[in-house]
Amino acid sequence: MKQIIKFVVNGFEKEIAVEPWWSLAHVFREELDLTGTKVSCNEGDCGACTVLIDGKAVKSCIYPAIKARGKNILTIEGLSGKKGELHKIQESYIENFAIQCGYCTPGMIMTTKALLEDNPNPNEEEVREYLQGNLCRCTGYKKIVEAVLYSAQ
Amino acid sequence: MRYEYMTPVTIEETIALLAEHNGKAKVIAGGTDLVLQIRNKTKKPEYVIDISEIPTLDYIKYDKKQGLSIGALTTVRDVENSTELLQKYPVLCQAAGRLGSVAIRNVGTIGGNLCNASPSAENAPALIGLSAKIKIAGPNDERVIPIEDFFVGPGQTVLKNEEVMTEIQVPAPQPNTVGVYLKHAIRGSIDLAIVGVAVIAELDGKFCRDIKIVLGAVGPTPMRARGAEKIVNGNKIDNAVIEKCAQAASEESRPITDVRASAEYRKEMVKVLVKNGINEAVRKGL
Repeated sequence: MKQIIKFVVNGFEKEIAVEPWWSLAHVFREELDLTGTKVSCNEGDCGACTVLIDGKAVKSCIYPAIKARGKNILTIEGLSGKKGELHKIQESYIENFAIQCGYCTPGMIMTTKALLEDNPNPNEEEVREYLQGNLCRCTGYKKIVEAVLYSAQ
Repeated sequence: MRYEYMTPVTIEETIALLAEHNGKAKVIAGGTDLVLQIRNKTKKPEYVIDISEIPTLDYIKYDKKQGLSIGALTTVRDVENSTELLQKYPVLCQAAGRLGSVAIRNVGTIGGNLCNASPSAENAPALIGLSAKIKIAGPNDERVIPIEDFFVGPGQTVLKNEEVMTEIQVPAPQPNTVGVYLKHAIRGSIDLAIVGVAVIAELDGKFCRDIKIVLGAVGPTPMRARGAEKIVNGNKIDNAVIEKCAQAASEESRPITDVRASAEYRKEMVKVLVKNGINEAVRKGL
């Protein structure tokens, strides 16, 4: 039976009825038209679905939407400014050619944001360790790591 | 996989719900295991009881005499980063940090990891080596049991339908105790362990007063390698002792062959990890 939940996403308050078994990723993509968050493995391994809940990286494909009650959520859409200005992490990914097919990118960028909040000046090992939960089949990670280190400057 | 979903705010309310729906309800905390089990139908609860809103189960407390108490709802990430634990029980931080990825650790709880009772549960071997106890709340009372008695099989614990784990207790460490947790996996922490080894040792230079060697992922539950421990206890640790000990641990292990590795490979890696674990413990102790 659906339950009504209220939460904040990208600064906007949303009130929505959800079935207990819906994932947060499903709610973003199918109910809120926020398709920037991607679903790839749908089992919490690849990280394409990563969003920030109360500032912390979370795999939204295995996070029951109903648990989001009262939480403050940031998706990739919320990272850019009001006029669409890109966040410096997004700029860095572009400058450093860290995007090929782009499917892992929203998740990578959200995890990068969480990393730089936790550790504003990581070294390469710390970046690779933190990004373990985000898989990329295209880039081999080198450019992504460079983009993260670049945006930490 | 249709179910009803409830969010009690007290332990008492939780137990009442579990008792009411006897056997048809499952507790969810972070859900990083349960959500997938429900999706692939290995667990089919009709009622899912979300305890993550209970405010009194998320804490890490240390007392010089009583030791450590960790609330069952403490996230694995909070265990990993706790300054208290980094000072007093760093092996617990080391183990927690080998679970999944940051995003999983942000949501998954230490209680959930133990109650899910995977034979490869990252948090179990070090806690067993530290002689931890588990506090369990039920309709009539609370009980406290040694963590070694908590696991009874793959995915199986002694928790009854109407019980919920509330706390993990670890006694104050003996002086000169060092702990090491090593995980062998192909792709780092996101993979399940092929072998996990915890070594908890009371060391006086290279003389070992007491050692606990606990193996994960190589038996139906995390297991003490008691024969291996006997070889080291009360002895000076040198290469010969380490070899004998690692060999004994390997022989005691009971791994299966599965998608991650063969039983033979696991037995070999038990040897390697026990060796490395003891060497690292000695290095840490010096």
